[in-house]
Amino acid sequence: MIDIIDYKMGNLHSVKNALDKLGYESIISSDAADIKSADKLILPGVGAFPDAMALLGESGLASEIETECKNGKPLLGICLGMQLLFEKSYEFGCTDGLGLIPGEVIPIDGHGLKIPHIGWNSLSLLNPCDTLVKGMRDGEYVYFVHSYRADTDKQNTVCSTFYGEEIPALVKSPSLNVWGAQFHPEKSHDTGLAILKRFAEQ
Amino acid sequence: MLAKRIIPCLDVKDGRVVKGVNFVGLRDAGDIVENAKYYNDCGADEVCFLDITATHEGRKTFALQVEKAARELFVPLTVGGGISSVEDFRTMLLAGADKVSINSAAVKNPRLISDAAEKFGSQCVVVAIDAKKVGVDPNGKGIFHVFVHGGRIDTGTDAVKWAKEAQKRGAGEILLTSMDADGTKDGFDNDLTSQVANELTIPVIASGGAGKPEHFYDTFKAGADAALAATLFHFRQLEIKDLKKYLKSRGIEVRL
Repeated sequence: MIDIIDYKMGNLHSVKNALDKLGYESIISSDAADIKSADKLILPGVGAFPDAMALLGESGLASEIETECKNGKPLLGICLGMQLLFEKSYEFGCTDGLGLIPGEVIPIDGHGLKIPHIGWNSLSLLNPCDTLVKGMRDGEYVYFVHSYRADTDKQNTVCSTFYGEEIPALVKSPSLNVWGAQFHPEKSHDTGLAILKRFAEQ
Repeated sequence: MLAKRIIPCLDVKDGRVVKGVNFVGLRDAGDIVENAKYYNDCGADEVCFLDITATHEGRKTFALQVEKAARELFVPLTVGGGISSVEDFRTMLLAGADKVSINSAAVKNPRLISDAAEKFGSQCVVVAIDAKKVGVDPNGKGIFHVFVHGGRIDTGTDAVKWAKEAQKRGAGEILLTSMDADGTKDGFDNDLTSQVANELTIPVIASGGAGKPEHFYDTFKAGADAALAATLFHFRQLEIKDLKKYLKSRGIEVRL
């Protein structure tokens, strides 16, 4: 059972639709008990970092996620959910994140390109051996919508994309089973569904 | 590299895709779910459903159909037509739309843009602008006004100015339709597209006038981030995959 963590930010149904299509059982839940009982966690999210952290903190979900992930439970953060995994973000001030992956979240410097970074961009595989990209070709396209990006050590970056600068696209904690996708795998056609499938299978 | 997007748009009336009679390969040409599946698999980078229903009952049907279609779409989905409140946004997003486009309602009440952006994020607010050429400036560039109600009423507002205001209010993208080019198959209005795209930092989707692959190349060169077409794809006069192969051969970045 995969728990899609509902903290009242973003479109959770598209993640569920994708898991349904792939044939994996999932629930959308805002209950901390489901975080404990699930085999795997997905942390989606669209919106602003401070609001999301406040909601996760108030509801007690943040500490539950931290406990479970530190006990080895696999988690995949998507879009804002990926950014929340880092230590802090500079979106609207400076806010502490969940701190499950070393690094921080900073504005994209598009070097004159349009911000947000919206649309299909290609992935460069930095760590082709990672479970979530095993067998994936270099240069596959996935769908992005974001104005901020992760700033993390290269060793935590599984794939990157290029938009005026190199942007971490898929990240992995060096010690935990925690991944984060800056793009939307649930909206990235076959490439994205394959990543979700590998996450659900491992 | 960021790819230029190709977006098929489908008109939906009373929950059924219209103009679909010649659409071969589908069991039911009017079935929104069948259409969603088809476009999901044929290389569309996004799909747009436009509700052209006039009745309240029809709108409810539309939301239900969007929900079903969303289960088969693993590319972004934009829906529009008759959206006039934050509540309408919520209904469509809950039904599974990733973005919602607003047109006349935004002109009438520009606060709807900021309200929706604040509530749901700019990424899901698409402001659709129907523009028509009303004159030419001394430099030979077209002067375009925003028209509403299916292009019948001239608001007197300059289209470039309105696009800038929409961006300032929190629009995530502009869907720019040339009323002059729409339906002609003579090509997008690249003067209009480039004027708007040059002034904005958010993406511009060019719409109206697509007739052949060269038209897409030209509009991307003029500054469009995405291009939308309806009948061209719907009647399969042009396959999206073939279009993308052509664009790639001419050096345009596309997702193949």
